[in-house]
Amino acid sequence: MTENIHLLLPEALLAVLAIKVLAIDLFLPVRFKDLLVWISALGMTGILVFSIWLLWGIDTPLYGGLVRADGFTLFFKGFFLILGIVTVLASRDYVNKHLKNPGEFYSIVIMAILAMSIMASAVEILTAYIALELMSFSFYILVSFALNNPKSNEAGLKYILIGAFSSAILLYGISLLYGAVGVTHFDSIAKEISNAMENSDSFSPTLWVGMGLILVGLGFKIAAVPFHMWAPDTYEGAPLPVTAFLSVGSKIAAFALVMRLFGQAFAPSIDQWQMIVATMSALTMTIGNVVAIAQKNLKRLLAYSSIAHVGFMLMGIAALSLIGIEALILYLVGYALSSMTVFVGLIAFYNMTGRENIDDLGGLAVRHPFIAAAIASGLISLGGLPFFAGFTVKFYLFTAVGTQGLLWLAGLAIFNSLISLYYYLMVVRQMYIEPSPEWAKEPANDVATKGIQKTMDRIEHKPTLLITTVLTVLVLGVVFVGIYPSPILDMIKSASQALLT
Amino acid sequence: MEDIKVIALLLTIFLPAGAGTLLIFFPKNWGSQIKWFSAVISGITLAITLYIFSVYDYEKGGFQFEGSYNWLTQPININFSLGIDGISTAMLLLTGIVMFSGVLLTWNLERRVKEFFILFMFLLSGVFGVFAVRDLFFLFFFYELAVLPMYPLIGIWGSSSDFGTFLRTKEYGAMKLVLYLVGGSVLVWIGIIGVYAASSDFGTPTFSLETLSVISEQGAFSHDFQLFFFPLFMIGFGILAGLWPFHTWSPDGHVAAPTSVSMVHAGVLMKLGAYGIIRVGMTILPEGAQDWMPALIVFGTINVIYGAVAAMSQRDLKYVVGYSSVSHMGIVLMGIATLNPMGMGGAVLQMFSHGIMTALFFGVVGIIYERTHTRDITVLGGLAKKMGITVSFFAIAGMASLGLPGLSGFIAEVLVFVGVFQEYVPLAILGIIGALLTAVYILRLLSRAFFGPLDPKWEDLKDATPREMGATSLLVFVLIFVGLWPAPLMNVINSGVSDLLSRFVGL
Repeated sequence: MTENIHLLLPEALLAVLAIKVLAIDLFLPVRFKDLLVWISALGMTGILVFSIWLLWGIDTPLYGGLVRADGFTLFFKGFFLILGIVTVLASRDYVNKHLKNPGEFYSIVIMAILAMSIMASAVEILTAYIALELMSFSFYILVSFALNNPKSNEAGLKYILIGAFSSAILLYGISLLYGAVGVTHFDSIAKEISNAMENSDSFSPTLWVGMGLILVGLGFKIAAVPFHMWAPDTYEGAPLPVTAFLSVGSKIAAFALVMRLFGQAFAPSIDQWQMIVATMSALTMTIGNVVAIAQKNLKRLLAYSSIAHVGFMLMGIAALSLIGIEALILYLVGYALSSMTVFVGLIAFYNMTGRENIDDLGGLAVRHPFIAAAIASGLISLGGLPFFAGFTVKFYLFTAVGTQGLLWLAGLAIFNSLISLYYYLMVVRQMYIEPSPEWAKEPANDVATKGIQKTMDRIEHKPTLLITTVLTVLVLGVVFVGIYPSPILDMIKSASQALLT
Repeated sequence: MEDIKVIALLLTIFLPAGAGTLLIFFPKNWGSQIKWFSAVISGITLAITLYIFSVYDYEKGGFQFEGSYNWLTQPININFSLGIDGISTAMLLLTGIVMFSGVLLTWNLERRVKEFFILFMFLLSGVFGVFAVRDLFFLFFFYELAVLPMYPLIGIWGSSSDFGTFLRTKEYGAMKLVLYLVGGSVLVWIGIIGVYAASSDFGTPTFSLETLSVISEQGAFSHDFQLFFFPLFMIGFGILAGLWPFHTWSPDGHVAAPTSVSMVHAGVLMKLGAYGIIRVGMTILPEGAQDWMPALIVFGTINVIYGAVAAMSQRDLKYVVGYSSVSHMGIVLMGIATLNPMGMGGAVLQMFSHGIMTALFFGVVGIIYERTHTRDITVLGGLAKKMGITVSFFAIAGMASLGLPGLSGFIAEVLVFVGVFQEYVPLAILGIIGALLTAVYILRLLSRAFFGPLDPKWEDLKDATPREMGATSLLVFVLIFVGLWPAPLMNVINSGVSDLLSRFVGL
């Protein structure tokens, strides 16, 4: 049972890193707090390299089949670690300026990454649930991290309440499922379900109710319509880097879990749930996109846009097949890259100005061409126009869905892309066409008169080298996936094959 | 030899894109360097398209310059395959000419020069891509790539049309254009996925136009399937071609756009729509095309008449040209719908000739607007006295547009209407009436805006500079050359058309 326990070393190291960051923070003088960023980032880089070395080509269950080390696990582990590194590096300036307790912040981010890695590798429903809870708890804390900001506290409270509520539903669903099939491992569940489907004597409505409740619980976690109401408020209140991490990390991890659950445990009954998931997907993308049009606050806009993207991702689950899963994972990569590009650009903007409304972006293309170009490419990528990742991944996903007999859903998704383009372009319009707002015109006037204070302000009116570098890498990534996705796709293939065979 | 040909074709796509990427690293204040660089690049591109045009062997016909590179393997199968037939060759040449003269006519741009040329180059890369590839994925990729830069190009550098009660801002024009075009591509995209999914019953699913047309001949797509999916392509691409009633983006967008963008857009981009109908719709789904052509020809006729009538009542010089584009694209659509060699050949020639002529129109209007800062026909007057050459170029474009013999428009229109006469006599008569209306608004425009007494406030106007003259006289030269000696162009076009029409034999 414990002979290959060493394959869990990356998770153990992540936990050690999280605690180490917390401990070092206690002894570190204030002026060396930047060191924590580098410890976290380099630590995760080290773990990334180590995991690749350790887990390359391995396909085996661990711990009596609670978790599994295979291509899928490795792919998502790498994905989350890179996401963690990007998040930590991109949040440095923001944390220094607007938040207290950097040690705890980075430590909890690492904790969330740990939870996500386990979510992607869990093949037993309770292990998956515990990992999901660890991630949710990390996010509850992160969302309310801006202690003196009432909005952040409100967001945190809403998130905790909804989170607890949905966890209860999920847990109830799990218990009903267990009551019906008597097993918790995904492969055994699949066997029991296909048995139940074959002889209708042992058919039990409890099974369907349990599966339904699990779907509802997970629906809350991924913010799928009609369980999405918490997302805009939480996104708006949370500190910007946390919003970024939440909208990308938590969704992708939840989808990794959903893929394992639906692709392995619930796969035999696909005919029963395919239409439900497809309907949910159609509703999610349509409502997310239509409501996004009316938003004034950038974070709310991105919240609704991320809801819409969850709708797109759910299509991949509805079109469960090798090509469907492949397309879904590729879509997750594209979404993560484009979304992070937009968010990191906004973090850089917020660091300079402290503003986050759409109107505030006016004239950004003249004042900070690179940041404007980065945000614009991220947004256009999310909108699905070519040259950027968004087009390629959407094309792949929609094609996959179309070939799985859900052409109507693909058509609706394409139409939704058109709607989304409108509000993304409105933001681009602010940056590129509208003039700068009044407040942006003041600085740089009287540098000499106000002396040092003014010089300090001026320094902060430029993005730091670190965030510019992160942004450059992300933009290059978005373009790379947009024009040459085949290396990424090769990696994804090993992941999707591990999942479905 | 074959290698050089493929490289030339690749260069048309990647030279502009590469130049656009390079321009990102140019310092912002290098205004004239950026312009020179763009002019040289577009000059080279024009030379390459000329080379391609001259090397294309029309006696052999079919697809030439073929090359294929694997992009994504199983299970989705996407190849970057290139290949051009007579129709695409003519369109490539058109794009090269319009691009070059467009860059030359943008010389006076002072504001945010670098961004303009970056976007312009990527736009052209997209246009070349659509004409050069033979894979549905990449065709769609480049098609969307050509739409994307339009938004900032119009929104930033465009101009609003303000006549008190009638106000169309450039932001409005830009957003309308993008949403209409992407709206069209929604239909196309659904169609592409439908065709891809259906092709999986016939071996591995594929986006390759070559394979799709082969399996289509073997009956891969049922009649009902074609009947349902052809309209997606017809309307989807039709929106870009200005198909009535989805044409309204076209005047608004063209008016709002800056000169060179209007030139490329009305001159080349609208042709992408007609090209898409031919290349994708008619090649893959000939039976559906056969059944839907009566509808297309009716819409095309409405286009011709509606565009001409609308053009008659405009005050803004650019709106007249914009609506005349709608009218002339109607002639293209009518020609396509005839499905006979005369009509189709005329349609493709009309695509070419209208591209050159509209580019000339917008170019000249741009030259005038730069000097007068108004496009109001009632305010302009007697410009011919001060800007003789410019106005005479406008008059030549006008004559080509109303079909004066000796200019390219005449040949194209005659071919189309002879083609239509063979199939639908009443519509041909209506179409000819519509085409005659062109004379009304063009002559009215000439007399109102350019001839007659000179308004004293235009005393100080200067005629076109040598550079502007060079750019416009290139277009004039092509109009006259094709008008007097259409054989070189028609041979190439006809080789493409006859290949295409061979698919309809026996249907």
